[in-house]
Amino acid sequence: MLKIEIDGRQLEVPVGSTVMDATNQLGIYVPHFCYHRKLSIAANCRMCLVEVEKAPKPLPACATPVTDGMKVKTFSPVAKQAQNGVMEFLLINHPLDCPICDQGGECQLQDLAVGYGKGASRYQEEKRVVLAKDIGPLVAAEEMSRCIQCTRCVRFGQEIAGVMELGMVGRGEHAEIVAFVGKTVDSELSGNMIDLCPVGALTSKPFRYSARTWELARRKSVSPHDGLGSNLVVQVNQNRVMRVLPLENEAINECWLSDKDRFSYEGLNSPERLTQPMLKRAGQWEAVDWQVALEFVTGELRRIEAAHGGSAIGALATPHSTLEELSLLGRLARGLGSENVDFRLRQADFSADGKLAGAPWLGMPIAALSKLDRVLVIGAFLRKDHPLIAQRLRQIAKRRAQINILHSADDDLLMQIANRLIVPPLEIPVALASIRAGASGPAAAILESLKSGENKAILLGNFAQQHPQAVQIHALAQALAEATGATLGFLGEAANSVGGYLANCLPYGTQSSGGLNARSMLEQPRKAYVLLNAELELDCADPRAALGAMRGAELVVALSAFNHGAREYANVLLPIAPFTETAGTFVSTEGGVQSFHGCVRPAGEARPGWKVLRVLGSMLGLAGFGEESAEQVRDSCLAGKDVSAQLSNRAAVPIEGTAAAPKTAGGGLQRVADVPIYFADALVRRAPGLQQTKDAQPPRAGMNAKTLAALGISAGQPVRVRQGEGSVRLVAALDPGLPDQCVRVAAAHASTAGLGAMFSTLSVETLPVEQAA
Amino acid sequence: MLSAESLKKIDRELAKYPADQKQSAVMPALIIAQDEKGWLATETMNFVAQYLGMAPVAVYEVATFYNMYNLEPVGRNKISICTCLPCGLQGSLDAAEHLKARLGIDFNQTTADGKFTLKEGECMGACAMAPVVVVNDKKMYDYLSNAKIDALIDALSDQLGSR
Ligand code: SF4
Ligand code: FES
Ligand code: FES
Repeated sequence: MLKIEIDGRQLEVPVGSTVMDATNQLGIYVPHFCYHRKLSIAANCRMCLVEVEKAPKPLPACATPVTDGMKVKTFSPVAKQAQNGVMEFLLINHPLDCPICDQGGECQLQDLAVGYGKGASRYQEEKRVVLAKDIGPLVAAEEMSRCIQCTRCVRFGQEIAGVMELGMVGRGEHAEIVAFVGKTVDSELSGNMIDLCPVGALTSKPFRYSARTWELARRKSVSPHDGLGSNLVVQVNQNRVMRVLPLENEAINECWLSDKDRFSYEGLNSPERLTQPMLKRAGQWEAVDWQVALEFVTGELRRIEAAHGGSAIGALATPHSTLEELSLLGRLARGLGSENVDFRLRQADFSADGKLAGAPWLGMPIAALSKLDRVLVIGAFLRKDHPLIAQRLRQIAKRRAQINILHSADDDLLMQIANRLIVPPLEIPVALASIRAGASGPAAAILESLKSGENKAILLGNFAQQHPQAVQIHALAQALAEATGATLGFLGEAANSVGGYLANCLPYGTQSSGGLNARSMLEQPRKAYVLLNAELELDCADPRAALGAMRGAELVVALSAFNHGAREYANVLLPIAPFTETAGTFVSTEGGVQSFHGCVRPAGEARPGWKVLRVLGSMLGLAGFGEESAEQVRDSCLAGKDVSAQLSNRAAVPIEGTAAAPKTAGGGLQRVADVPIYFADALVRRAPGLQQTKDAQPPRAGMNAKTLAALGISAGQPVRVRQGEGSVRLVAALDPGLPDQCVRVAAAHASTAGLGAMFSTLSVETLPVEQAA
Repeated sequence: MLSAESLKKIDRELAKYPADQKQSAVMPALIIAQDEKGWLATETMNFVAQYLGMAPVAVYEVATFYNMYNLEPVGRNKISICTCLPCGLQGSLDAAEHLKARLGIDFNQTTADGKFTLKEGECMGACAMAPVVVVNDKKMYDYLSNAKIDALIDALSDQLGSR
């Protein structure tokens, strides 16, 4: 420890601390621009100059290491003069356009100029002009004359996003921030640059010029997307969500947000919002009032129950629904005498149902990921499925943690990968068994890596959980974890992937005899379905089966915030509120119970889903629908229970012989189905900004060069992809990260919904010329 | 993208640095690329970036930082004259005027025959010998009187003419 005195106050700091660390510890504010605690030190703005005893000149606090006995003055005349001087220089070339600047009111430069700047400029000469840049649909770089070259945006790309998309070119007065000629900023974390930019140079394209920061009311909320449960500040003006910013929570999202969490709010104001109950009468959709719609629903449900029994009814929800909604949906189904209720829509293998010791979860706190030194990630499109978990792993990879990958696509994770085993989807269990056996090549290296570390984890990604042999993968991973002393974790696909278990929105339960799971419910069609938030043709493991079941049903009740594909097959659409318009709870992948309140009133006639379900339950005369508030519903699921005791990744399932070669019927091509980041749920699908990004380009049929050559197809050529009964037209693309004989065809998109199950074999044919046109 | 010969030269530079720090060789790699191509087109920088495992924009940063990298095509002789203060005090501005008149071009322009490009240079560390020029970033000429400048231009012209 080193002793230091700052502004007369004594303090001890660890060796290696900077003066800035020490002032932070004391809560003394030193003005700064380029310094950011999550980024490397650049010391290029010089705003943080302080007086250090015995030093001939003021020194930058952010870059000056503490030495023992150092005496620092942060607002002595010398320090103040230096800081004022730097501010004057910074303002020389800065435009005086605060009144028309989108950053006005939340600008670090503006704030500090008040404290350290002069009332008027002494600079009479011409200011420099930096031309606007188009760097993509999310981040605006329209007013680059405002840039003060702090390089935070550049360092963010290099260090946090893992890809340097912006750089500072030129020198001296000609220096400017640019993307490489003709390139844009495509990182899934790009929006953070807007927060980092201390001036109005980088601004939010979707938000800019729509409101002033001081007009906005701030409400805390929780992201409804991936299982991380990022904490949000939802900013509201006149009952409209105008913008979403991160709420700093070091244990979850740190100070970051993925672009999905940040920009998906645009979907809340989408013209596709369902704002009135709709009833289909004689093939025509009619807007009706709630009473009529609800009476219709209860009447029909009772009729079907009477005619066919409760088990003719199925209830399906997305794991993006709130805990309260999921709980009430389960109660509603059970009240009607049906155990057919599930939220695991993209899951294909349910053979562990009833054999799980608890809800599958991360197996550790999210923050503990940052302490790992050995990781095996199985079946995950990590960057796109879990942008901020990928970010945490990227940071530990830099500190020499070994990240190992077993997957079916070698996508660039923008981090150092120690060993990778890339195999066709159906071979993942075999490959995992070979790792366990320490076979040879990468499998042996992965086992070695796992054996060697101290803090290790085996993480099962979305792809592994959606796999038709997910339970075998689980069992093998469990055995491997035991053998190596690693923690087994599930990366939660959605905001309530854990919460759905706690809400018992499951076809099996403690007291239940067991009903049909999400898959069987569609394969063995029911007479009636209640859909909660689900766009089945996009949210399901097998959209063809789903559509078939819906079309054949007598009654489909869709509770949704959006007017979506259910129009085709539903009988009634009930408008419910998205996460910003209802109270609710998400249980994150680390088992964190995060409740939130509504930020705005529901749009139009929409109502919080839990209220709609509660009213339905009461109208049906079912017991257990007496709760008056979302809190009460939550408490009835969780109160008095220890959540952590309900989390477990243990499954009592034996490992089957996996040595046998996988069955690829007829040597066909295997489908590698990712769920693209901006198609993954109903809200992101309707966020225009996100839909313009590279990640939201329509799915293509990706193959590696060898597979393309073997099929005689060239990239860019239109092809017909057949999978079982289904077939769709796509454009072939080169995807060098795929194993041989594999085709990447994304799920969750209308253009591929015709194909059916996410895991399957398929064939690819070139299209005759006239059809290709 | 670059000739085998250039790649060999880059590899020789790469050998001087640890394998995981290939970007250390970016400056010589850009020089080698420029020697082959005459200037650094976007594709050339992109290629160098790929070859060294760097972000293209990081290569662009380097290429735009130093005057010696040509981001636009130049004539076969690029003459850079130092116009910094010490040289300026010793007559380099007059020498520059003479160069302009002799070549019939201004700074950052290329003669119609493509033989000469004139550039303003930064301090070349030869202030005592002003006025100084560097030809094609490689060879320096100092104590330049107008007569010496004319002789230099003639000599360079002849060299090209004989090719
Ligand atoms: S654009 Fe903003 S963050 Fe980037 S260097 Fe300029 S001022 Fe800093
Ligand atoms: S904050 Fe220290 S130099 Fe910028
Ligand atoms: S100033 Fe011209 S060489 Fe130094």
